[in-house]
Amino acid sequence: MNTEMKNIKKLIVNQSLELDCGKIIKNFPVAYETYGTLNKDKDNAILACHALTGDQFCTNINPITKREGWWTFAVGPGKAIDTNKYFVICVNVLGGCMGSYGPREINPETNKLFGTTFPVITIRDMVRAQKYLIDHLGIKKLLSIVGGSMGGMQVLQFAALYPNLAHSVIPIACSASHSAQNIALNELGRQAIMADPNWKKGDSSPDKGLAVARMAAHITYLSKKGLEEKFGRKLQDKGSLKFSFDADFQIESYLRYQGATFVDRFDANSYLYITRAMDYFDLQKQFKGNLSLAFKDNKSKFCVISFSSDWLYPTIENKEIVIALNACGANVAFVEINSDKGHDSFLLDVPEFLRTISEFINSTYNEIKK
Amino acid sequence: MKKEFEVISKIIKNKKRVLDVGCGDGTLMEYLKNSQQNDVRGLEPQKNLAQKCISKGLSVIEGDAEKDLIQFPKKSFDYVVLSQTLQAFFDPEKVLDQLLRIGKQTIVSIPNFGFWKVRLHLLFKGTMPVTKNLPNEWYNTPNLHMCTIKDFVNFCNKKNIKIDKSMCLTNEKISEITKKNMGYKNVFSQLGIFLIE
Repeated sequence: MNTEMKNIKKLIVNQSLELDCGKIIKNFPVAYETYGTLNKDKDNAILACHALTGDQFCTNINPITKREGWWTFAVGPGKAIDTNKYFVICVNVLGGCMGSYGPREINPETNKLFGTTFPVITIRDMVRAQKYLIDHLGIKKLLSIVGGSMGGMQVLQFAALYPNLAHSVIPIACSASHSAQNIALNELGRQAIMADPNWKKGDSSPDKGLAVARMAAHITYLSKKGLEEKFGRKLQDKGSLKFSFDADFQIESYLRYQGATFVDRFDANSYLYITRAMDYFDLQKQFKGNLSLAFKDNKSKFCVISFSSDWLYPTIENKEIVIALNACGANVAFVEINSDKGHDSFLLDVPEFLRTISEFINSTYNEIKK
Repeated sequence: MKKEFEVISKIIKNKKRVLDVGCGDGTLMEYLKNSQQNDVRGLEPQKNLAQKCISKGLSVIEGDAEKDLIQFPKKSFDYVVLSQTLQAFFDPEKVLDQLLRIGKQTIVSIPNFGFWKVRLHLLFKGTMPVTKNLPNEWYNTPNLHMCTIKDFVNFCNKKNIKIDKSMCLTNEKISEITKKNMGYKNVFSQLGIFLIE
């Protein structure tokens, strides 16, 4: 794993960045990956922002985890975001564990892993860090900024911080302010991690706690109907109930598997930091209670997308973004996609969704090329 | 493009801001955007149609005019267009109030229930009229509040809504409605198109 980690593309930012918490970081790494080719005019670049447990390897086989990238359905040659045509950039967020500055990095002051001595970061910090890379690549204007869930929050924050950075802005299955329900669910995950004696106040990444956090979170990414269809009450072994606490039901076994495989690729302390950043996200508050001000004078084309069975970031929360955009006369499209696959729909093969983003991006590109 | 849209697009001046309420597959929006450089937005309740519009690069919101018009600020559009849907709302009066609030001017078209074929259908067959413009049966029609051209004009007068232009369509032919020919037009037109404020 270590040799491959060394091959990760990184920009070392030598400027200093003042974080929202007040701490200043400098000479920090921003890990990224790109797909496709940046054209001469540098106008075909799309920034894809990843969600809580994603990373910069959005498509193809992830060289570190050896698994498919998180957005393989959407990004690649001939796919919805066509890398034959577009240059896709994806950055590991600040606080992450795939090479960007985060709790798994060495604290230069102590020469030990940061763990929980890493500063608390925000979505805005993540976005500012990514902007250094966009500048470094010499891109003045992105064709599009796109992302779902926490990726969508970054998309909104990008639009608010840098109103003219992109021709189009696509926030998917997200919210402008993290809801009480979502803060509660994140807290559940954090407590599971911190309750594990192997956590040692952040000195290590405990498997059990992180697995439970992942199991709980995973349920929230699905829908009742989806679970019913996929698992129902099906038993793991076709026989009868075992009258024990082993995984009798298929859904139990599935969740345990999800938890067990997650700990191999993710850092528990990163999980704490990133969920915290999501909880702190409140774009409305950044603009004194008026979300419309976040998008004032923004000339980008917005396309907000939600999913009918997503109860984590329900349509109504996505619509609040649309309402704020309309209130300031922004250029906005909105559609709710029918899907039984819950919040995870944006990561899965949902043809109507993929067609919508594909054609929206293509039409934006055609307009700027006219 | 159908004749009605030709008439509507002629009323709309170039480079103006337009909201098309119930924009369907975006045919009118596309024309306004590409041929008249209008800055166009749309609202459409049907998912598949809204998606179709977005795919064409049109800024369309999936939503319901009875609920979702509130979010648009006062006089934020030069024109608001409502084509043949006023009669399908639960509360057309409230929707019209919203349209007039949002738009500096509003273009409303209505299928004319006073059309002679409709009258004869009811008179001689004794059943609810089914015509080319009103193709549904009484039990599955989306139209809840049908009106005639005269009804609509009376309604505007009653509500102090200023009618800047009133036209009608008969077999693809366009003509103007005046005080004098109102009775006649109310019998022989299939569609009324009004520019109001």
